[in-house]
Amino acid sequence: MSGSFTTTTARNIFYGGTLFFLLVFLALTFQNEQIIPQRDQREMLSNPQIAAGKKLWETNNCVGCHTLLGEGAYFAPELGNVVVRMGSKEAVKAFIQSRPAEGVPGRRSMPQFGFSDQDLDNIAAFLDYVSKINAAKWPPNVQG
Amino acid sequence: MQYKSQAVAKPYFIGALALFVAQILFGLVMGLQYVVGDFLFPHIPFNVARMVHTNALIVWLLMGFMGAAYYLVPEESETELFSPKLAIALFWIFLVAAGLTVVGYLTVPYATLAKMTGNDLLPTMGREFLEQPLLTKMGIVVVALAFLFNITMTVLKGRKTAINTVLLLGLWGLAVMFLFSFYNPDNVVKDKFYWWWVVHLWVEGVWELILGAILAFVLIKITGVDREVIEKWLYVIITLTLVTGIIGTGHHYYWIGTPEYWQVWGGIFSALEPIPFFALTLFAFNMVNRRRREHPNKAATLWALGTGVMSFLGAGVWGFLHTLAPVNYYTHGTQITAAHGHMAFYGAYVMVVLTIISYAMPLLRGRAANSNKAQVAEMWSFWLMTISITFITLFLTAAGILQVWLQRVSDNPMPFMVAQDQVALFYWMREWTGVVFLVGLVVYLWSFFVKGEEKAA
Repeated sequence: MSGSFTTTTARNIFYGGTLFFLLVFLALTFQNEQIIPQRDQREMLSNPQIAAGKKLWETNNCVGCHTLLGEGAYFAPELGNVVVRMGSKEAVKAFIQSRPAEGVPGRRSMPQFGFSDQDLDNIAAFLDYVSKINAAKWPPNVQG
Repeated sequence: MQYKSQAVAKPYFIGALALFVAQILFGLVMGLQYVVGDFLFPHIPFNVARMVHTNALIVWLLMGFMGAAYYLVPEESETELFSPKLAIALFWIFLVAAGLTVVGYLTVPYATLAKMTGNDLLPTMGREFLEQPLLTKMGIVVVALAFLFNITMTVLKGRKTAINTVLLLGLWGLAVMFLFSFYNPDNVVKDKFYWWWVVHLWVEGVWELILGAILAFVLIKITGVDREVIEKWLYVIITLTLVTGIIGTGHHYYWIGTPEYWQVWGGIFSALEPIPFFALTLFAFNMVNRRRREHPNKAATLWALGTGVMSFLGAGVWGFLHTLAPVNYYTHGTQITAAHGHMAFYGAYVMVVLTIISYAMPLLRGRAANSNKAQVAEMWSFWLMTISITFITLFLTAAGILQVWLQRVSDNPMPFMVAQDQVALFYWMREWTGVVFLVGLVVYLWSFFVKGEEKAA
């Protein structure tokens, strides 16, 4: 790299190129915001249980073991489709409720969080909402 | 060391290495929990160990970046640091905040920690890598801004080079993108979309500017190649980084409720993301081959070359493996992702911080380079850690391929936990390789105390 290709040229290409592709990215983001209302089930959010459930999801660090739409830790099952996999919100609630406090000898086990019935309803409502998001047919099958 | 104020880098490097040890110890805990599920349960559940593992990593790398900036900016700017006192004060604030956060993770249930630290005021916790309490997040912003003020003022009063300009751009970008961690809408699709503006635009964006600047600085010092040549390379590499990496964010937008056009945009641009890493490898080897001096610090040269190769393999090749949407449809959220994450973080960011520490620490301790004996020990640690992370990556890749097959591709897909039992052999091999990594880290730390004949600075 020598001759007419100077450091100044390289610098100008850097600033110009970065700015151009940043603007393209922002345009794509703008377009994204226009399209996602058809996919993200935002009308469901009028149910306050979902926001409360999301907060429980966060404050108990569920993503520290599980994935949600494939993002998170890979220690425990995907939960974006757990309501579908287990068949109902009731089944999900029963599973969370039945975790032994001292775990299962030698096995991975979910902690016993001691959720109230209302908490469980909220978490189930949140997971049900996530399962209805249009995630481009992911996961490949019900096992997640 | 040409400027007295460069000495403030030293506590940053030491603090970074202490957190590195914590990161690896908790990594081993998690690795064991993968196969002995009830290990330390319910006292340190997996998610807690993981928070310590990933958060310690992020914080020690940030500390390393800050130490690097305090070391190289005065030398590049040819002036003393604007305020060494501020730098030292910020170090202690940062270290204490990080320490308290880890103590919080380990001693109280996460939900209690959230309540205690005001998460109700502005819920930001419980999202991957951004688990820190609100107070810690605000602390990070304050420390980052004060740090940037200190560094920017130093550059403004001194010489402006490509290296300190690019470093500043990277560091400012880092601070600005972190602000998106305070945005947490109830809408999961939007939450995830902007969460990546912190995570992706850090590690596949602005952090690479910091990496490039640090590596360019060390290469100038150890090879004596003309600044003109090295700075041109630096600009070319970071152009390739941002041209591919910004829209490359789209490879995270395949399956989270965002429109399908991201599969095309994200696929094409992220498929090009290995190019800047390949350029980085060429850059490091070219400069070392064209060296105009024989620098006595051979270990630093080895780390610099290693950064090029391992970042290309980990971030470039292992990233490309699963970046195209038809592949990612099957691999998304499996051990393949974990495999990539381990080698990419080690190859790019761990290694570049160890490069600058390897180069700067002897100078901060009053010598041009460590004794031959100490360098041999350091090079042993280089190979132990680098080879073991390579095998950790290979074992996780094997586990991931099997997991994808058993759980997602075969005619009778297995439930998650059943598939996990099937791949346990690879988790055991990963754990033992992790022990070798720890041995490498111990050898590395030990190399700081190996005596022998040293050349004066």
